Amino acid sequence: MSQDRSKSVAFVRRDMIEAAAPPLGQTGALKWARENLFSGWFNTILTLLSLYVIWYVLSGVLPWTLGGIWDAGSLGECREIRDARGLESAACWAVINERWLQILFGFYPTDDVLLATLFHGDALAAAGGVDEVFGGGMNATQRIEFVSAMKNELSNGLIFIFGYWRPLVALLLLVVAVAPILYSSLPRSLLVFSLAYPFVAFFLLWGGSIWLPVLVALGLLVTILIGRAVAGRFGMLGGSLAGILAFLVIFMNPLSFVGAAGLFPLLPHVLGALDGIMPWGLTAVSSDQFGGFMLAIIIGTSGIVLSLPLGIMLALGRQSSMPLIKWVCVSFIEVIRGVPLIVWLFTASLLLNYFLPPGTNFDLLLRVIIMVTLFASAYLAEVVRGGLAALPKGQYEAADSLGLDYWKSMRLIVLPQALKISIPGIVNTFIGLFKDTTLVVFIGLRDPLGLTNAIRATAEWNGIYWELYVFVGMLFFVFCFFMSRYSMYLEQRLRTDHR
Amino acid sequence: MAEATDPPRETFRLSQLLYDARYRSMTIQVVAAILIMLLLVELVDNTVTNLAALGKDIRFGFLWTTAGYDINQQLIPFSSQDTHARAALVGILNTLLVAFLGCILATVIGVLAGVLRLSKNWIVARIMTFYVEAMRNTPLLIWILIVFAVMTEATPQPREFREGGSASMILWDSVAISNRGVYIPRPIWEAGSGIVVAVFVLSIIGIFVLRGIARKRQQATGQQLPVLRLSLLIFFLPTLVAYFIMGRPITLELPELGGFNFSGGVQIRNSFIALWLALSLYTSAFIAEIVRSGILAISKGQTEAAFALGIQPNRTMQLIILPQALRVIIPPLISQYLNLTKNSSLAIAVGYMDVRSTLGGITINQTGRELEGMLLLGIFYLITSLIISALMNLYNSSVKLKER
Repeated sequence: MSQDRSKSVAFVRRDMIEAAAPPLGQTGALKWARENLFSGWFNTILTLLSLYVIWYVLSGVLPWTLGGIWDAGSLGECREIRDARGLESAACWAVINERWLQILFGFYPTDDVLLATLFHGDALAAAGGVDEVFGGGMNATQRIEFVSAMKNELSNGLIFIFGYWRPLVALLLLVVAVAPILYSSLPRSLLVFSLAYPFVAFFLLWGGSIWLPVLVALGLLVTILIGRAVAGRFGMLGGSLAGILAFLVIFMNPLSFVGAAGLFPLLPHVLGALDGIMPWGLTAVSSDQFGGFMLAIIIGTSGIVLSLPLGIMLALGRQSSMPLIKWVCVSFIEVIRGVPLIVWLFTASLLLNYFLPPGTNFDLLLRVIIMVTLFASAYLAEVVRGGLAALPKGQYEAADSLGLDYWKSMRLIVLPQALKISIPGIVNTFIGLFKDTTLVVFIGLRDPLGLTNAIRATAEWNGIYWELYVFVGMLFFVFCFFMSRYSMYLEQRLRTDHR
Repeated sequence: MAEATDPPRETFRLSQLLYDARYRSMTIQVVAAILIMLLLVELVDNTVTNLAALGKDIRFGFLWTTAGYDINQQLIPFSSQDTHARAALVGILNTLLVAFLGCILATVIGVLAGVLRLSKNWIVARIMTFYVEAMRNTPLLIWILIVFAVMTEATPQPREFREGGSASMILWDSVAISNRGVYIPRPIWEAGSGIVVAVFVLSIIGIFVLRGIARKRQQATGQQLPVLRLSLLIFFLPTLVAYFIMGRPITLELPELGGFNFSGGVQIRNSFIALWLALSLYTSAFIAEIVRSGILAISKGQTEAAFALGIQPNRTMQLIILPQALRVIIPPLISQYLNLTKNSSLAIAVGYMDVRSTLGGITINQTGRELEGMLLLGIFYLITSLIISALMNLYNSSVKLKER
């Protein structure tokens, strides 16, 4: 039959037709737009509405931003320029142009000696050289005049790089110190620098004698080494005791109550001797001169670094089978979490002196860092607890059946998995901590938002709001956005299950 | 026949306190208890010494003395002759007010943003991503200040509302947005208005009764009542009828411009609006993420199973997806409510008189009782938090997967 048909049909195609291109509406941008923007009447309305919203917002914001005025001495000048150009609204970016150093660094002192030697050599020589100007030959008013005349000549960029080299170098080194922790592809030997970084940063930012951070670092090193050496011989307990004893001898004064005040500790004596022989150091800067975005970074970084171990310990304590430990951790976490950070900050500034031995009075910045750390660690503890609870019970039992003791099973089996699960929460807590550093403005520290008030209080910039808020908001956004993206990257990298 | 013997009786040695897991936890706890006691004793001792050195004591009697300051927003009557305790109460109510309204608005915006972020519409999803990221990565304080600046700097002055001025009232001349605040109409309750309100309350109870009847009927017979339409009818009809029968006892007093400011109506302060809006917008971004992850957490198989059973898409959402998603969504949602309540203490930035500004601010400054004031303030926040988390735990245990 088939043969019959083949004879009866006039033409049979022997080769395949080339596949035709799909219809125009089924390819490329058109298809994408149809599927993603106009797939139904509701979607079309949404798209049109969104386009309108985007247009509405951009038509307001873009001319204001792009037509902004960068070169003016005051808000009044800005407005004159704006009217002269015939613009309806224009941002007065001149305030950022003029004051960005202040927003970044607050009233942190610039290195005037360096600036003068580098860029103002002639005038410096005319005034009698470094020793004459900065060494006490000139009186204070003259010196201030000299410095402000010099700064008026210099561009903000030069002052940024050379005047604020100390915080800048500290920030660069922070990046170096953090890099090996963030990216495991970097050599592990860099971690040594990460450990040393806190002391380097302290020296750069606060200045003073170089021997203080060096000796404190050495003291800690000696403490740990002694502890380890003894632990190798007499077990964990003996090691800890020896470590604590060494720490007390070096840093504290355990014999003060029997009147042997001069005997211990070692540190001040060595410090005094070294300072006498080699008086090396930088100009000391006191904490109340710190400010601006630098302050947010200092408080944020210290809080993050210190709160992670504390938070993990609290989470483990909350899971503990010992009722007392559990009870203490639970009440600490709940009390800290139940009260807003502002109240804790006010407590730190108003009340902390009541709880400390009479006569002690320490730095407000240090108090704030301690409070922020405690606050963040309570939140972290809850996040980590979630991770610990999410781990199957079999993992704990497997660790036990391998004969690992508590700390080993936590360190090798439980925590690596639990922390991996809780990465998003941990990073969110860090972001929250960093954002919360703005609250220190209420207890009198000069954070970026406090400085916007200070700038607005000057005659030139009275009445300026948006530009300053946009600038400060952008600074925070960049840092927080980086952190959240990094947490996504980390989640991807640590994902070991097969999906 | 082997004789069973007791295992050799162990004698207790002192070293067991350290090396025997049975006793070690006891040792650790005793040591910890001693250390904690020492710490507490030290703290109390320091506090007593320091207070004595300053000539102070710990007393709460200041709460019953005259406050002597005014509070610009009060839900209950308050004058400067009232006590500090009443000032604290006014502050507490203000805190709770902004927290309550903030939670509602944040939920509405957050759910909307979360659902839209999952939208198949590319532009809408991108806009919502931008919104969420912008809100979440910038400090709340900046948002509060920005909204406050919008309210005070970018809105017209009351005199602009005069004839020929550049501003005009919105919503049929009933609401005025000015830099002194937002003025809305004030309802005036005349005789007979109580009956209208009672009818309204009764009709709301009626709606719940109706839903119960409808559910029973569906379970018994399988027939569905048109619940939504009936509810709408019950919601509006009786109240409107009562309103007209009683001779329209509720009228609105519109804000009117008199002199340099508005008179009549209710003034809502800018500080309140700034705090409320900023808190809501900020928290809504977090809620959006919670809603999004909650919906994504329900596996696609659930939807497909429902479709395979022939359930319609909107019923699928209502009966299959939402009940399961809510179990994931509610706990973090409540903790966001908690955060919002605590963040309302940022009222200090705009001068809104919440409990921190009254009890923890002016009262402390006037009486010098910072220890007692901060203690009471902390206790208030702590109790609020504990109540909310207790409710959350109740809810959690009620929706927990029942494993049998």
